[in-house]
Amino acid sequence: MPDSSVHTAQSAHEEHPAYLRHHFNSTVQQADAAGFAMWLFLLTEVMFFSGLFTAYLIYRNWYYPAFVSGSHQLNVVWGATNTVVLIFSSFTMAMGVWCAETRRRRGLVLCLTLTFFLGLCFLGIKTVEYREKIEKHHVPGFHYSLQSFLDPQSDPEVYAEYHDKPLVPDMARHTELYFSLYFLMTGMHALHMIIGIGILGFMIMRARAGAYTTGHVTFVENFGLYWHFVDIIWIYLFALLYLISRHQ
Amino acid sequence: MSEHTIVSLPDQATARIPKDNYITRENGLLSWLLTSDHKRIAILYLISLSFFFFIGGALAGLIRLELLTPQADLMATDTYNKVFTMHGVIMIFFFLVPSVPATLGNFFIPMMIGAKDLALPKINLLSWYLYMAGGLLALYTMAIGGVDTGWTFTTPLSTHYVNTNVLTTGLAAFIAGFSSILTGLNFIVTIHKMRAPGMTWFRLPLFIWAHYAASILMVLATPVVAIAILLIALERTLGIGVFDPTKGGDPLLFQHLFWFYSHPAVYIMILPGMGVISEVISTFSRKRVFGYTAVAFSSVAIAVFGFFVWAHHMFIMGISNYAVLVFSLLTMLVAVPSAIKIFNWTFTLYKGSITFETPMIYAFGFLGLFTIGGMTGVFLGSSGTDIHLTETYFIVAHFHFVMVGGMLMAFLAGIHFWWPKMTGRMYPEKLSQLAAVVTFIGFNLTFFPQFILGMLGMPRRYAAYPPEFQILNVFSTAGATILGVGYLLPVLYLVWSLRYGAIAGDNPWQATGLEWQTQSPPLTENFAVAPVMDHEAYDYEWLEKQQKEKGVASAG
Amino acid sequence: MSEHNEHAHHIVGPGVYVVILFALLIGTGLTVWASFLELGFWNPIIALAIATTKAVLVVLFFMHVWYSSKLTKLTIISGVFMFLVLISMTLTDYISRAWGQW
Repeated sequence: MPDSSVHTAQSAHEEHPAYLRHHFNSTVQQADAAGFAMWLFLLTEVMFFSGLFTAYLIYRNWYYPAFVSGSHQLNVVWGATNTVVLIFSSFTMAMGVWCAETRRRRGLVLCLTLTFFLGLCFLGIKTVEYREKIEKHHVPGFHYSLQSFLDPQSDPEVYAEYHDKPLVPDMARHTELYFSLYFLMTGMHALHMIIGIGILGFMIMRARAGAYTTGHVTFVENFGLYWHFVDIIWIYLFALLYLISRHQ
Repeated sequence: MSEHTIVSLPDQATARIPKDNYITRENGLLSWLLTSDHKRIAILYLISLSFFFFIGGALAGLIRLELLTPQADLMATDTYNKVFTMHGVIMIFFFLVPSVPATLGNFFIPMMIGAKDLALPKINLLSWYLYMAGGLLALYTMAIGGVDTGWTFTTPLSTHYVNTNVLTTGLAAFIAGFSSILTGLNFIVTIHKMRAPGMTWFRLPLFIWAHYAASILMVLATPVVAIAILLIALERTLGIGVFDPTKGGDPLLFQHLFWFYSHPAVYIMILPGMGVISEVISTFSRKRVFGYTAVAFSSVAIAVFGFFVWAHHMFIMGISNYAVLVFSLLTMLVAVPSAIKIFNWTFTLYKGSITFETPMIYAFGFLGLFTIGGMTGVFLGSSGTDIHLTETYFIVAHFHFVMVGGMLMAFLAGIHFWWPKMTGRMYPEKLSQLAAVVTFIGFNLTFFPQFILGMLGMPRRYAAYPPEFQILNVFSTAGATILGVGYLLPVLYLVWSLRYGAIAGDNPWQATGLEWQTQSPPLTENFAVAPVMDHEAYDYEWLEKQQKEKGVASAG
Repeated sequence: MSEHNEHAHHIVGPGVYVVILFALLIGTGLTVWASFLELGFWNPIIALAIATTKAVLVVLFFMHVWYSSKLTKLTIISGVFMFLVLISMTLTDYISRAWGQW
């Protein structure tokens, strides 16, 4: 089944737009190739995160009590808020793609700007969360402290909500694994967000100049795919890291 | 060897290299360093790959020199550990993985499918720069003292017990991994989206199918080793505990993640070589490849099954017996598609009109040596025998048979086969045939004794060994010297041929691929007129008709 | 597969996006609520099921896969498959370690 197209009538009709690269026969072929390349790139990202998910799965299975206690140290309100923030940012990004496709320049700029700010909001909340972890010495490799797990009552806020039993020292030590995975997975995710926000900044400037609303929507579309992917990773991270077991 | 040859060169008195070609189109160093032409990038890779190959080869020479005597007398054992580690790292990440794909794949995939370039030319250039960055970092690491964990970075040795340069070597491999990912991604998009009209999937040269399969592996497997290396770095620097038993981590987890890539990596290495062999055997038997569909699907099958067998590198490491059982059974499966290919190539030869130009000599070497290497892989895949043979020289012999006897021979076959197309020049045939034979002899003398050594119990990665093993080691080192000559010769005569070689013309081998229906060296845009594919792959009757009816369009 | 799919393509409108947005928000609420219930081994299963449903909605509608070519769908499936292979086959080791010496 042939994938490649040479509809000469079509290419002749489209003339030779400035953005058509010379090794492609048509803008359709070019856009198609770019989109496919983006999906393949996302596949590599899935496989990159998969190693971390594997590690998470194994250690959660082995050290469940430690993971529960560790997860209680995360604020589910912040986590849920961040999830909602990212979902809205995916919505605004999708709307941005629609604006580009329907040549609404101002709409596109608005949507991209909203996405940008929602992204910053996410990172802001993450900063608050990370700072709390740093203050409580729950960062592996940096004077990691077992106190909250050996003696839960020393941590009144969390104790009031969950009334955790103290962990035996061996299991308490394994909470460091939980936090390693927490920082690795959310950190890797945050790095992808930062890169995404950077690219968004660039895109907003180009969008204002009308670069994406003249029929050449590939960049916006493919960036949208990246942004949604980052959202999906967070959906899983939220479920796995924050929601292990919140019942009393 | 008879004098009969299919080589058909133009009349040397009047032949000229075409004035306009990808080499002459633009001048200056920057036009090469900033090129987006896939052919120039391929040449950049060829030069840098050769450089790294000889560094890796020099390290191999040091290993063989040390092993001449049973004592660790040439260098300290710690130094020996560094030598074999860097040999492995450089040969695998900076030679074998990119070898055929980055040179011949880059050069010929667009031409074979009738396209003007790869889908993402700038990404292609980025791939080369990433490769160079990783390679230079690896060299720098060697200069500041190297690393001694073995190329496999086994934990907890690499995370807790050595103070050598694990981080920089890991980073070098990490960067090289991205080069590989981008190359694979580029190939997949190109093969799907840029085929010429009429070029259906089943008219593609088998070289393309092989690269397609290898590219799937590059894209899906490499990211996993990237995360494994990252975790090692964090374990070493921060002590995060993922591989540390004292913190509840499991060192075997690293091995699972590492081998999830590194087993498919061996197929990344061999599949493109198999693609070359398909082309060479067909051309020099004047016959289409027997069972085209089977060979095409086998390539993909090797890629897919290759994902399911990684723990056969971990049989003695402490995984559960049940996992050993599962992975051993699956490993038996993966041998089947490779065997299918060997059968099909052999049947291609049957009743073919065979001639022994240099690429064909290398291809025959491949058939024999890869078969032996592959079969010994089955001994290793069977968990019972593996317990005796693993971590001995049997393993070393096995992978050198498939990688050097197989892949490197295929690489040389490809370089010789496509040299006239890439450069417009022929190399001196007698000398190249001699080099091929010398390589074959040297290879067997080097690595066959190692099978015996392994069965007798000589461990790998040891600088010292019991004295009764010395004679076989001496044979092996002697062979290595001959092998070195065999590899040096091509460098010399190929470079010589650039200036003094005969003019090759468009199609000296009378091969059927689209790349042969245009000038040598090719134009920057590959084809003067966009080709349309109207015949099956390896259609020698079509070729005959072509040659009778018209000359090939050339910018002359 | 005709290339026309991709770009003579169906432009997905805001209506679809709003519906999916609400579905995702409801899903988020649901999964937080479920984590506060004591359901034994069902907790992680429900959490992952809801997360997967949300992910599928994002893939199909925000990422336009519902309207995309077979090639795109196949690509995604092969990625998911490989992800599952890594996890499940690594687990064959970890699950069976405690099973004893045959």
